[in-house]
Amino acid sequence: MKKNQHISRRRAIFTGLSSAGALLLSGCFKKLPPTYGSILRMGDDFTYMAQRGLLSQRALAVEYPKSDITSFPATGNYNPGDPALKASYNKEYQQLQANNFKDWALTIEGSVAKPGKYTMADLLKLSQRTQVTRHTCEEGWSAIAEWTGTPLALLLQSAGILPNARFVSLYGYDNYAESIDLLDAFHPQTILAHTMNGQPLPLEHGAPVRLRVETQIGYKSVKYLQRIVVTDKFVDAADDIKGGWSWYNGI
Amino acid sequence: MQNLRHQRWVKATHFIITLSFLALTVSGFVILMSHPRLYWGQAGNDLTPALFELPISRNYQHHGFTKPIPFTHLGGTVVSAARTYDIFNQNGWGRSSHFLAAWFLVITGLLYFITGWFSGHFRRNLLPGAKTFSFRLALTDFRSHFRKQPPAAGKGPQYGLLQRVTYLVVIFFLFPLVILTGFTMSPAITASYPFLIKMFFGEESARTIHFFAASALLLFLLVHLVMIIRTGFKQNILAITFGKPA
Repeated sequence: MKKNQHISRRRAIFTGLSSAGALLLSGCFKKLPPTYGSILRMGDDFTYMAQRGLLSQRALAVEYPKSDITSFPATGNYNPGDPALKASYNKEYQQLQANNFKDWALTIEGSVAKPGKYTMADLLKLSQRTQVTRHTCEEGWSAIAEWTGTPLALLLQSAGILPNARFVSLYGYDNYAESIDLLDAFHPQTILAHTMNGQPLPLEHGAPVRLRVETQIGYKSVKYLQRIVVTDKFVDAADDIKGGWSWYNGI
Repeated sequence: MQNLRHQRWVKATHFIITLSFLALTVSGFVILMSHPRLYWGQAGNDLTPALFELPISRNYQHHGFTKPIPFTHLGGTVVSAARTYDIFNQNGWGRSSHFLAAWFLVITGLLYFITGWFSGHFRRNLLPGAKTFSFRLALTDFRSHFRKQPPAAGKGPQYGLLQRVTYLVVIFFLFPLVILTGFTMSPAITASYPFLIKMFFGEESARTIHFFAASALLLFLLVHLVMIIRTGFKQNILAITFGKPA
């Protein structure tokens, strides 16, 4: 009896260790974000690896009925056209804003066959997607809204994304930026949203076009989009990692 | 009674889980400080009513927003406003250390659970026997905890009735609850497992339950510590750490 117990315990520990090992070897660490020796960033990478390895990458983030839409605070930068707000001020944006964004165009460059500019009309030519989703802020609050926009996947395909592409960096006029991997870039709910709750994207929420990454925490969804750069190397676009923040935020 | 000292794997997992729990408590409090409002439902924020607010940082009732503008297509009850207030926010290290500690807790917890199950530890040392479980005995045991001289602690798992029940609640209810409600706040996890959102009545409800489950675990820790001190601090600490195994 006693001997039996001993074996099952050992087997239990062995099973646990081998499954942890299997997790480590799931092949994700070829292109992991740098940690700069920080144990916290190592934990972030482990979470990234685990969520990519254990969760379905095709699953859609929860979508809500329209009746669940809530009020929506805008945090972070809320007007890059205002010179008084020095950290986010951008003169070019101020000019675009004065003309109600008629001259706005999104630049796409890097590992694409056809780099160039996409006007709002160009974006609208591609299929649109509408989704009622939850924005989950790292601070702890959340808000539900209806978003309409062009799936980033369609734009990347239209620009002829090259086989060496690995990451997509998105830069905003407000001096903010984020990069995402191709799994998130090609996720069906990752859209370039121009409409919020049935009206043009309000200024404080990133007019004229913002990113929505529904499988990650809110700060990945860059507002006031200006430029998209496709790269083969990892780019810490907003200095998330250097600034002491997690690059991957599935949780 | 036969030899009853804590087994080595119990000591090791207890040690790692204690450290992770302390790290989770500190980082969890720091995370809560950046938004000390709790809600019930699918979503909640500064522009929606709170269940309650905790006065634990300068973010408490700051009201630093521009004038709310209604979304006209939605009947005017749904609004947007921009935050102009510079909030307290240490979530860069707060969140990452919370999740790092959570990994240690979840993996060690799983090892503990598997080993405890298959070694018969739960059945033998934690599950109250049919003969020992009665309301009268539980009441007597409860009262005895308030006597000047509480029941003496042994060097290992010869637990009292109340102690067994409490440990079972902590291991099989509070820890799973706090972990699952934590998962429910993750957009990536709930994409794969949307039942979590239903199970806890929405993401913000899960956050509120997470807060109460963590508070209950802290309360347990407090009582646990008081009982450790009252029944012989030195002996108890040695028994669960570096005291000689049987």
